[in-house]
Amino acid sequence: MTLTVALSALLSHWRRRPAQLALLILGLSLATALWSGVQAINAEARASYDRAAALLGQDRLAQLARRDGGAIAQTDFVALSRAGWLVSPVLEGTLRLEGSRLRLLGIEPLSLPAQAETLDLGRGGGDLLPFITPPGLLYAAPETVKALAAVPGLPPLRASPNLLPGTALTDIGTAQRLLGRPGEISRLLVLPEQPMGRANLENVAPDLALKAPEAGGDLSRLTDSFHLNLTAFGFLAFAVGLFIVYSAIGLAFEQRRVTFRTLRALGLSARALTAALLLELIVFALAAGLIGVALGYLVGAALLPGVSATLEGLYGASVPGTLSLRPQWWVSGLAIALIGTLAAAMQSLWRVWHLPLLAPGSPRAWARASEHALIGQAAAGLGLLILSIGLGLWGSGLIAGFTVLGALLFGAALLLPVLLALVLAGLQRLVRRPVAEWFLADSRQQLPGLSLALMALLLALSANIGVGTMVSSFRLTFTGWLDQRLASELYVTARNPAEAERLTTFLQGKVDAILPIWHIEGSLEGAPGAVYGAADHATYRDHWPLLAALPDSWDRVATGRAAMINEQLARRARLKPGGSLTLPGGWQVEIAGIYSDYGNPEGQAIVNSGALVAHYPTVERLRFGLRLAPGGVPALMAEIADQLKLPADNMVDQATIKRRSLDVFEQTFTVTAALNVLTLGVAGLAMVASLTTLSAMRLPQLAPVWAMGLTRRRLVRLELARTLMLAALTFLAALPVGLALAYVLLAIINVEAFGWRLPMHIFPADWLRLGLLALLAALLSALIPLRRLARLAPADLLKVFAHER
Amino acid sequence: MLLTFTDVFKRYQTAEGPLTVLDGLSLSLDGGETLALTGESGSGKSTLLHLAAGLDQADAGAVRIDGVEIGALKDTGRAAMRREVVGLIFQQFNLIPSLTVGANLAFHARLAGRHDAAWQADLAARLGLENLLNRYPEQLSGGQQQRVAIGRTLGARPKLVLADEPTGNLDEATGDGVIALMLNLVRETGAALLMVTHSQRLAERLDRRIHLTGGRIL
Ligand SMILES: Nc1ncnc2c1ncn2[C@@H]1O[C@H](COP(=O)(O)OP(=O)(O)O)[C@@H](O)[C@H]1O
Ligand SMILES: [Mg+2]
Repeated sequence: MTLTVALSALLSHWRRRPAQLALLILGLSLATALWSGVQAINAEARASYDRAAALLGQDRLAQLARRDGGAIAQTDFVALSRAGWLVSPVLEGTLRLEGSRLRLLGIEPLSLPAQAETLDLGRGGGDLLPFITPPGLLYAAPETVKALAAVPGLPPLRASPNLLPGTALTDIGTAQRLLGRPGEISRLLVLPEQPMGRANLENVAPDLALKAPEAGGDLSRLTDSFHLNLTAFGFLAFAVGLFIVYSAIGLAFEQRRVTFRTLRALGLSARALTAALLLELIVFALAAGLIGVALGYLVGAALLPGVSATLEGLYGASVPGTLSLRPQWWVSGLAIALIGTLAAAMQSLWRVWHLPLLAPGSPRAWARASEHALIGQAAAGLGLLILSIGLGLWGSGLIAGFTVLGALLFGAALLLPVLLALVLAGLQRLVRRPVAEWFLADSRQQLPGLSLALMALLLALSANIGVGTMVSSFRLTFTGWLDQRLASELYVTARNPAEAERLTTFLQGKVDAILPIWHIEGSLEGAPGAVYGAADHATYRDHWPLLAALPDSWDRVATGRAAMINEQLARRARLKPGGSLTLPGGWQVEIAGIYSDYGNPEGQAIVNSGALVAHYPTVERLRFGLRLAPGGVPALMAEIADQLKLPADNMVDQATIKRRSLDVFEQTFTVTAALNVLTLGVAGLAMVASLTTLSAMRLPQLAPVWAMGLTRRRLVRLELARTLMLAALTFLAALPVGLALAYVLLAIINVEAFGWRLPMHIFPADWLRLGLLALLAALLSALIPLRRLARLAPADLLKVFAHER
Repeated sequence: MLLTFTDVFKRYQTAEGPLTVLDGLSLSLDGGETLALTGESGSGKSTLLHLAAGLDQADAGAVRIDGVEIGALKDTGRAAMRREVVGLIFQQFNLIPSLTVGANLAFHARLAGRHDAAWQADLAARLGLENLLNRYPEQLSGGQQQRVAIGRTLGARPKLVLADEPTGNLDEATGDGVIALMLNLVRETGAALLMVTHSQRLAERLDRRIHLTGGRIL
């Protein structure tokens, strides 16, 4: 009963200030939206990795694969079957089709265990017969079927909703033919029920190893860092949003101090009052949480296409472009809204709990207490910065990397108000004019009220500078790297060995060089990777982007006893030039050098192409890089198409490849850029919130100065100047923080997440633009309160002097 | 004449319709003269004072300060008048909370371009504030704050001092002390004083007394 009376008294506050309520709800729901939007994307991606992994029951079935990651020979399969093993062969490979990739899975439907059955081929008739007899059938997701309809040379297509987009299922014989890998098997699915007394694996096929079933699989391991990245940015946006919530709750509690005291005086216990407030907060949190989750769905749906394009381009992982609603996601969205609200309200609730019954409610005393809090805050900020530097120097791992990043950002944010206070105090000592002195002193006094908004602005600005620097550094490095890496003017891919034969003969004498680009896929140092063959040619000696190398490195590679490896393999396995590496099949090579290989999540090695063919006789020999005068490219393309009937899709010129590669990376960063812009927007909203609420308390401070002879117009100009000055100072503070952030992203996070390190470049023109944007945001956020001040009648200012205040 | 009101009307729009507060009021004040203004609560004393300070404008009639008609001035002109000719002392003190006592004392004089360090130091000493110069207003008692407000006004040596119930927030003994200090300083600088007060006893100490009722002076 008392509680309801108390609640209605407390809630009446919001009826009188609907705008404040709206802001609280908006801040909270935006924070929830950004967080749960990112979570939705992650959940969607994870679900599709799991589906991919579950495709052939890999999450439930044990498998046999070669220890060295190479292909299993047909003879091993036969030997195992003879020895009593119940296994079913699978061939997995990637089919490159006009810029996109198709993950092809070949199965043997007759021996396939029930757990692995994905398609209903209609046992005893139906599609089984056409599936296993040439030309075979190709099953794919409906959208993939639509995309593949125009591709020539594929078996008849069938749609199956059980398959992920970008994946196709077919008979193993058909797959071997399409992939050009006759007789090869990638792995063997082991049936759960095996006969007693079958021969020991060691004796039948010593090269094979038994792998336990695993959920998620390689794909989720490869993409983990990407999702962690996304989560970190989602969390940053959530934290910035909580600043709004914190200040809105703080303000509402401050304004209701008198009500609290009255309620206490009327006999409401501290416990009941706190409970009433808690109840109020929970209601708000749930309401805002619901709105936030709904908004989050929109955010997620808007970002998902970009994310799935990135995942596809970077990892070959296919994630549907549409979001599905998951109940656990609603629950987690509401939970995070609730937790966020309670975290933001903790301090205010604690104050209410300890509210002295008789202390006078002086706002100035509160500001003074905040000044004391500033010192504690500065100490915490310094502590976080030290933690960040320490972890940066001595920590390792992606989690440590993100801790460095978080500690850096929040440490800097906590230090900001102190820093601003010091700067303003310093300036105040320098100025001589009374108005300037008052302006600076007054700005300093405003700091406690504005600091949260300014901290949010600092976070958003430094995230922008940091991520912007990373993206631009990446773009610059990547473009330069592509120029080196893609030295050939034209890339051609034959459709079969005979065509390759004809192609090379045809090209003899027409081009400066024909460089084979052949590779096998296999395990390198225990993770998926690829070995490429390269001809001994000046193109590589002159252009290949080496990071470290032994002397005469290409001569060593030419002997067939040495290899170049990419940066991510070197970092992951801690390899150095001069060390040694085992290639699939047990081929030992010396490491001649390390090259940068951006955008590739996997390890890679380059050996001499002759040696590659000698060690892997079955290697597909279809792709070539051609060196010729750039001007001759269109003519040659036309000639090849005309004389050899090679489809246009099988010839790609350098410029096209460059554009495609850059496109993938632009996609990668559009998501982070979008989150960045949203974060900046939330920070702007925090500014509006603080300035609007502060402006209501400004009049008593402005009226005396007005009475002493400053015009209203001058006061408006000064108020505007103050907002701009604080935004500008915050921007200046954000510069070093943003650059430090960029350094952490480039030198720590990227290395941990992707395995490569990028040189940092600096783009002052971008800062200028961001600085202007920050000023514009400050200007806009100050507009409403300032317009109100400019239109104030003298009578309103005079009310300040009225006795019955 | 330093200050004249001629047939001044002032009306406010209220929820219950227009309210006429000053109804054809006239008065005048000579340079160096001190005048006590009394009247019931709500009779329009503060309104009158605000018009005299150029903080607000009359609906009809003329208010002249130092021969200049306030109504004819623009916003900047009225601001300059408040800065250079007038000094205001309020019941609520209305000091600038972000500035120290010392900076508050000097503030109006510096705004008016009449800062005089020796006079400032003299004022601080006579107002008993010399040991409080580095404090902030909220660290002072009410009596001390009002002394700072008096020092701030007189530091600028205005021709006209306007005080609106300056002792309204103080106890009697403190108020008497503050008024005595103020009157001494006002007389010494040769300023004219228009003071609103409820106290007949305080009014007695000024040169002249007027009573406001029904929007006019009796
Ligand atoms: N801005 C205003 N709007 C409407 N009414 C006002 C305003 N200011 C003052 N009043 C009214 O005008 C009358 C005179 O006010 P005031 O000059 O403050 O009286 P006093 O100072 O003598 O107590 C009062 O009835 C008051 O309510
Ligand atoms: Mg009054």
